Amino acid sequence: MGQVKPAEAFREAALAALIALLLAIPLVGFRLVDGLRGLSIETRFDWVAWGVSAVFFGRLAIALSGTRRRLLPDLKSVGAALSNLPGGLSRFAGGAMLVGALLLPLVPFADRYVVEIAITVLIYVMLGWGLNIVVGLAGLLDLGYVAFYAVGAYSYALLSINFGWSFWLCLPVAGLLAAAFGVMLGFPVLRLRGDYLAIVTLGFGEMIRIILLNWKDFSGGPNGISSIPRPDFFGFPFARTAEDGQTTFHQLFGLEFSPMHRIVFLYYLILILAMLTNLFTLRMRRLPLGRAWEALREDEIACRALGINPTMIKLSAFALGAMFGGFAGAFFATRQGFISPESFSFIESAVILAIVVLGGMGSQIGVVIAAAFLILVPEFLRDFSQYRMVLFGMAMVLIMLWRPQGLVAHRSPSARLGGRA
Amino acid sequence: MSKAPLLSVKNVKTHYGPVEALRGVSLDVHEGEIVALIGANGAGKSTLLMTICGDPRASEGQIVYDGNDITRTPLHRMVRLGIAQSPEGRRIFPRMSVLENLQLGAYAGDAANFEADLARVFRLFPRLAERSGQRAGTMSGGEQQMLAIGRALMSRPRLLLLDEPSLGLAPLLVAQIFATIREINRSEAVTVLLVEQNAYHALRLAHRGYVLVNGTIRLSGTGAELLANPDIQQAYLAGGKG
Repeated sequence: MGQVKPAEAFREAALAALIALLLAIPLVGFRLVDGLRGLSIETRFDWVAWGVSAVFFGRLAIALSGTRRRLLPDLKSVGAALSNLPGGLSRFAGGAMLVGALLLPLVPFADRYVVEIAITVLIYVMLGWGLNIVVGLAGLLDLGYVAFYAVGAYSYALLSINFGWSFWLCLPVAGLLAAAFGVMLGFPVLRLRGDYLAIVTLGFGEMIRIILLNWKDFSGGPNGISSIPRPDFFGFPFARTAEDGQTTFHQLFGLEFSPMHRIVFLYYLILILAMLTNLFTLRMRRLPLGRAWEALREDEIACRALGINPTMIKLSAFALGAMFGGFAGAFFATRQGFISPESFSFIESAVILAIVVLGGMGSQIGVVIAAAFLILVPEFLRDFSQYRMVLFGMAMVLIMLWRPQGLVAHRSPSARLGGRA
Repeated sequence: MSKAPLLSVKNVKTHYGPVEALRGVSLDVHEGEIVALIGANGAGKSTLLMTICGDPRASEGQIVYDGNDITRTPLHRMVRLGIAQSPEGRRIFPRMSVLENLQLGAYAGDAANFEADLARVFRLFPRLAERSGQRAGTMSGGEQQMLAIGRALMSRPRLLLLDEPSLGLAPLLVAQIFATIREINRSEAVTVLLVEQNAYHALRLAHRGYVLVNGTIRLSGTGAELLANPDIQQAYLAGGKG
């Protein structure tokens, strides 16, 4: 890259400063102050001036030093090396992660906080894997995935409270109900693709939330549902003292009672559920149906020419993706003990979709890395309080600049000659 | 011909909105034949092939395959009837491997035949066996064309529809692809309907040919007759024998 002319660098910097100015005036320049005489607006143009001049001189320095274009490719080659891991090595990475996950509750620093965060990460890993079937494999852009999560959560909550069904009975029912909703969403959107599909699925997600919010007799409305039964260990509750006729978990194993037991149990439960989702997807990719999902993502017309009926393929992707969302929802309900429509807002769908896109559409291990990133980074940034989301947003922008195709863009073929599994 | 044709297109008209792309086309393809359909850009060649497959649907006329009216049969049912196609622009699955593409070609077929069909395609196109693990989109144009034909063959078709197999290929490769099409027709007993702009190669290969002009059949005859026809020579072969 040749020498940059100062005039050109100056123009670039001025342009960047102008954009910063336009953004900063409404975002930083005005502030609502809750004073004695009600709300008033205060201006902070000095902040704007500082910010804009920082952008101007920063941009000027980058343009003049000419490092702008060299910086990104360097990072890119690191990413390329990451994504071109041979199949064996990426399988090794997956295995190492699984072993790490299995051992996590046993390591000394794994206190209650660590395990709780790990459970949250695993919920999102599972949701990411579920949505990966719809978005990553079948290529159907779904912005309302949280609806199925909500269906699963409310299924468990309502069935266990009203009918006393156990978690293990409710789990498949929640999955089936979510799958049924998946088909319900799938039918009207069969002909839609891309942006149009995204809009309809977005609407669907909001509809489910608003129904839950307003149908008070059924769902408790905005108050949600509380005191949802917590999970027990196959009939043995995690309690300090047993109700008459019952044996508690700690009595069963002759342990000292500890509230950690339930948390560790929940951790392994979601780990198993998430791994089931993963194994299911890996298996599906080798079967004709899973292969047809991927083919549909690539080229719908070619699919039809090969005798693949897109209707069945799309509906099955919606149904199966939704089913795992439903499982995760049931788990969420039993973990929290309380659910309300607030937990199922659009931002949840956006986060799950971001996990899939950031991970590299269709990549299973990418979902794990992205979920860990998206859940853990805001956690670590808690110390920065109100700047947390700004830093988080900046990190996302940088990653997408660095690797627009996602963290793990490598796709390993589902079959090899001779050794087909 | 005493036997009824395998495929019979009877006075078919196709519209794109108000535009009439086919203005009443009739042609027959008999079992065991290679039939070439030639014509200039925009004459309606690809439209005819797509109309036979049911997308777009013919607005008038009838398409009969093996004694059954298939005018209203949807595209995805065609493979089960024994009609396979290599569509315009090849339309292979670029991010998937060669082997996966071939597996998808066998989607509608009987899984028990898979190994035998795969061996057959690899015999016809040894190149595909060498590249079986490669991403299809990273192969050369000629290899992608082989894959498109091979993928269509995986469903064990009786009738193979090929849309411009020579498009964008080097002359040597064109000759190779056409030799393979002849081989598929002879030793595999697959009937072929071929759409081509490369009139010279197509007519030399085909038993019979049709010339499509502005949505109607202008001429028909055996491949040799059409090649010898001065009008054809002037209109379609003037640019040399490429």
